[in-house]
Amino acid sequence: MTATTRGYRRSTGSAFALWAARFGWRHVVMIAVAAFALFPVLFVVSAAVNPVGTLSSARLWPTGAGLDNAVDLFRNTPFTTWYANSLFFAVANAAATVFLSALAAYAFSRMRFRGRRVGMIGLLIIQMFPQFLAIVAIYLMFSTVGEYRPEIGFDTRWGLLLVYLGGALSINTWLMKGFFDTVPTELDESAQIDGATHAQVFFRIMLPLVTPVLAIVGLLVFISTINEFLMASVFLRDTDAKTLGLGLYQLVESQRNANFGMFSVGAVMLSLPTLIVFWFLQRYITEGLTAGAVKG
Amino acid sequence: MSSRSSAGAPAPGAPARTSLPGGAFAGSGSLWGQVVKIALLGLFTALGVWAALPLYVGGNWAGIAVVAAVLVLVYWVYLSKRTVPLKYLLPGVLLLITFQILPVLYTMSTSVTNFSDGHRGDKEQAIAAIEAYSVTRAEQGREFGLTVATTGDPESGELVFLLTDPEGAAYAGDIEGLRPLDEATVDPASGRVTEAFGYTVLSPAQVNARSQELEEFAVPVGDGAGIRASGLSTAYEGRATRVYDAGCDCITDASTGVVYTADDERGAFYSEDGERLAQGWRVNVGFDNFARFLFNPTFASSFFSILVWNIGFAVAVTGLVFVVGLAVALTLHVPKLRGKQAYRILVVLPYAMSSLAMYLLWRDMFNTDFGLFNQLLGTNVDWLGDAWTARFAVILANVWLGYPYMFLVATGALQAIPRELTQAARIDGAGAWQAFRHVTLPMLMVAMTPILIATFAFNFNNFNAVWLITKGGPFPPDDPSAGATDLLITYTYRMAFSQATAEYGYAAALSVMIFVIVSVMSVISLSRSKALQEVDR
Repeated sequence: MTATTRGYRRSTGSAFALWAARFGWRHVVMIAVAAFALFPVLFVVSAAVNPVGTLSSARLWPTGAGLDNAVDLFRNTPFTTWYANSLFFAVANAAATVFLSALAAYAFSRMRFRGRRVGMIGLLIIQMFPQFLAIVAIYLMFSTVGEYRPEIGFDTRWGLLLVYLGGALSINTWLMKGFFDTVPTELDESAQIDGATHAQVFFRIMLPLVTPVLAIVGLLVFISTINEFLMASVFLRDTDAKTLGLGLYQLVESQRNANFGMFSVGAVMLSLPTLIVFWFLQRYITEGLTAGAVKG
Repeated sequence: MSSRSSAGAPAPGAPARTSLPGGAFAGSGSLWGQVVKIALLGLFTALGVWAALPLYVGGNWAGIAVVAAVLVLVYWVYLSKRTVPLKYLLPGVLLLITFQILPVLYTMSTSVTNFSDGHRGDKEQAIAAIEAYSVTRAEQGREFGLTVATTGDPESGELVFLLTDPEGAAYAGDIEGLRPLDEATVDPASGRVTEAFGYTVLSPAQVNARSQELEEFAVPVGDGAGIRASGLSTAYEGRATRVYDAGCDCITDASTGVVYTADDERGAFYSEDGERLAQGWRVNVGFDNFARFLFNPTFASSFFSILVWNIGFAVAVTGLVFVVGLAVALTLHVPKLRGKQAYRILVVLPYAMSSLAMYLLWRDMFNTDFGLFNQLLGTNVDWLGDAWTARFAVILANVWLGYPYMFLVATGALQAIPRELTQAARIDGAGAWQAFRHVTLPMLMVAMTPILIATFAFNFNNFNAVWLITKGGPFPPDDPSAGATDLLITYTYRMAFSQATAEYGYAAALSVMIFVIVSVMSVISLSRSKALQEVDR
């Protein structure tokens, strides 16, 4: 009896020790990391629903719940316009960039032509010169463009979108090319033997097979456009033309204590689209992010 | 695949076909494809006409030639059967050239000029401005109702006068002259413009803040006459006292008799005793701008201390996000861990939040009076007011935002490494650390080096990370232009866009230097990694 009890005890003891060695510490670490990840989010959410709506009244844990800040944001600022602008830029830029760089990646991956090597290295180098370093030049360029065609000048969506699309071919093309290379060439060759044109091969065979990398590039561009500040701040000067990010910046620039509640609502709203896109694309994310790297 | 055998697949080991896809098969496209192609070309032609029309009206023949050349290029590429790769590259490349390469080249050419607030236009414009600024009220000059506006930022944009004459006609005037204003709303009571399309009307407070500029501002109207403001709501037309004489290439001040001679090297007019007229023009100054940052003691010391911090910041952030991200990935990299999915979602959360909003949030969490940190810790630290705590704050915020990306990448890379390898090492007697150090890590690094390089390059120029949290501050009392957390990119931005005088020439020189620094670092690290081999695959 004693022996069995002792044996039982020893086995539970060692089972716990085993569990602790294998899993226990992992839970401790992960809870700590999760707390680190979560606390600013918790803070901004509780500030968003805080009825008082100032920074000085904001606490980590919600002290009340109300929609006062949201109502203020809707009433006192062109929030919906800002939000629509942000979404327009993010969606349009992501869609166009994915399409344009997929076209280029297809050419780089499947065709051999003069200037291919130069083109690929050139892309790598030119994207080291961040576009916004040339912002003065772009500013002056669009002052002239705006004189002839105000439709694409300052304070217009199309003008800024064009500027963003100047960076469509970039490291994204490399990432995509890496993924395209993993699709066996036999597939498109056999299709061509069957009489498919290169366009048919691209649209009907390649694109469906490379969905993960299309999704991930789309996501990356979407995120970076939502968060783009510098170009937009130079380009969009009219209050109604601003993006949500610029609007929020303006909101807390002068009155950071008083407007903090409104800002927090805006911050949560600005994060929502990314969270949603992230949620839908999550099964592609790991695969896509490592696509350009984990090979060979 | 069954059709493939009927078409006769090449025997295994047969040399790969070298002909371009399309060569023999192009032209046999479907009807639908042809229709789309024609429609797109039509649309593009329409766009070309749309772009060319105002150029034609404005008599800009060079512009029309460019539009025509692009149209011809597009037609050639999409109608020829020999240009298959270009068909895929052209749209992206055209955008790249127009909005990235040309601006970069323009930036490079700006970097060797003295382009700045006092040196914006050419010599003629400078002369017009000087004559206008010296305008004094004439006997029978016109009076105008005045509204001060700008086409840019209320604090730094170019000033514009929105004027109404006694007959009620509205004009807009800037340093280039006066032109009729069509779409303006005029307040019938005061007779002044209250709103005009394309212009931001300044509030009295904003006008006051720029009163210095306003005093030196005048709209040239030709023949040595100009319009100046008198007070905030009226303007008058008057005659210039400083007049240019092409014969001596000099400007004579009629009231003082001083003669200012043009100096084409420095781009300004100087009097005999070295006094300079404020308005100059753009001239080539060679590498003077670069020399200032490299050799002028004051600027060189700020430049190099910013450079050191810039590298330190990028290294610290990249290193920390790598270590944290990898540690989290390793912690979760075990089968049958309960709650793994929940943990994953939680730790990735910062990556899915808007970084722009989160930077502003972090700034407020570090607020001295009401911030979360002082609130939780019960302290009263001026986090962003001290150089080292501000640096700490900026790095911490960026680690928070950046590690989930590394976690995702590391998770993917870990999954690609067969578990058997580590297990074999363990069986051979290696400890957990040894197995990780000598088996897992080297394999991980193959996959992660390019991503680390990209992360470093990204953080090197991470404008938002610093601008939205500290704006580059805190600033030492003796130098309000270079702050303790400034990166080269925020320093450049301040120089070009948010200082009293916009120093475009210096800013462009800094941009070029950043480009050189980043390129050199990237080329070295890339040549050590295997990324460039990709090109030859």
